[in-house]
Amino acid sequence: MQELGFFTILFSAVFTNNILLTNYLGMCSFLAVSREVKASLGLGTAVFFVTAATTALNWVVYYRILVPLDLVYLRFIVFIVVIAAFVQLVEMIIERVSETLYQALGIFLPLITVNCAILGACLFMVIRDYTFGQACAYGLGAGLGWALAIMAMAGIRQRLSLRSRIPRGLEGPGIALIIAGTMALAFMGFNGMVSLN
Amino acid sequence: MTATKNWKLFKDNLGPQNPIFVQVLGICSTLAVTNVVKNTLVMCLGLIFTTALSNLALSLIRNSIPPRVRMMVEVLVIACMVIVVDIYLKAFYPDISRQLGPYVGLIITNCIVMGHTEAVALTSPPLPALVDGFSAGVGYSYVLLLIACCRELLGTGAVWGVQVLGPHWVNWSIMVMAPGGFFVLAVFVWIVKGWGERPAQKAQA
Repeated sequence: MQELGFFTILFSAVFTNNILLTNYLGMCSFLAVSREVKASLGLGTAVFFVTAATTALNWVVYYRILVPLDLVYLRFIVFIVVIAAFVQLVEMIIERVSETLYQALGIFLPLITVNCAILGACLFMVIRDYTFGQACAYGLGAGLGWALAIMAMAGIRQRLSLRSRIPRGLEGPGIALIIAGTMALAFMGFNGMVSLN
Repeated sequence: MTATKNWKLFKDNLGPQNPIFVQVLGICSTLAVTNVVKNTLVMCLGLIFTTALSNLALSLIRNSIPPRVRMMVEVLVIACMVIVVDIYLKAFYPDISRQLGPYVGLIITNCIVMGHTEAVALTSPPLPALVDGFSAGVGYSYVLLLIACCRELLGTGAVWGVQVLGPHWVNWSIMVMAPGGFFVLAVFVWIVKGWGERPAQKAQA
């Protein structure tokens, strides 16, 4: 694999290879929470923070502990435990440090442990053989891309709920999927700029 | 008596309770591979295996799990099942395993598996739990296989790698790319919801 720079990976993870719109990861919470901009801003921030941190953390765990001990096949369990432990830790720290931040992010943190986007980012990082710097860039980009997508989606859905006539069968998840498809089409327009694969 | 109960559980999971149509849950990891029917089938079999056996295992140990850490126990059991699937695929079908990439591992975070262990396995005896897990997996799989058939047929003119449509067919390449998956699933949800609503409207009129 050729060497990719920090910003190339960051940029392509946000735009051309958006983890939500091209890999369908994190769809469950994406469809459930994207009704209001405020809630999705909270969830987006939390996912961004946890993805960026755990991708770096899991890189260290994978290459410094699992590979030397030849325990690579245990990576699913180890990754998910690292993510769960990290989320728990963040929850405790936020609770102590800032009451307002806890009010804003607190309810989203337990949801995050089973968010596919975070585990997905960790697994992609391993499969693509990233170095530590590249893994950090990818984690940041994937989290940012997910947050961007859910906020854009919430903005569109909020406006849509004000004045628009949607066929009854399409209300709720149906129209959300169509919007997501259209957004994915729009993001494909970035394809020529940088490419990961 | 229990046999009919189990059968009812089985049918509910295929039809009215099907999680994809009711709440559009759990599509995360599997929708990504629905551009090729073969990969979808392998993913679905892995998912059925995982839901059925993790439900069974958790139901067997349900009385000794402390409630505070039950989520963690569930995730660990599910992760063990997924590791079995992953190693099996790597050993016997290395090509498919490479194509699926990280998505096999992502079965762990599939909401359907978690939802069924949480709702059924922790409260019911082993046999109904096994039936529930198996049927949830099957109900989920047939929807995704239908989606995969649509996408592969429209996107490449083939099903299961066999060319079905003649040479005059122009591929809708958008179908095998990401947006196609969203659109096809949206149309499916639309059709099913519209269908489900018709009898209700008639009753009102």
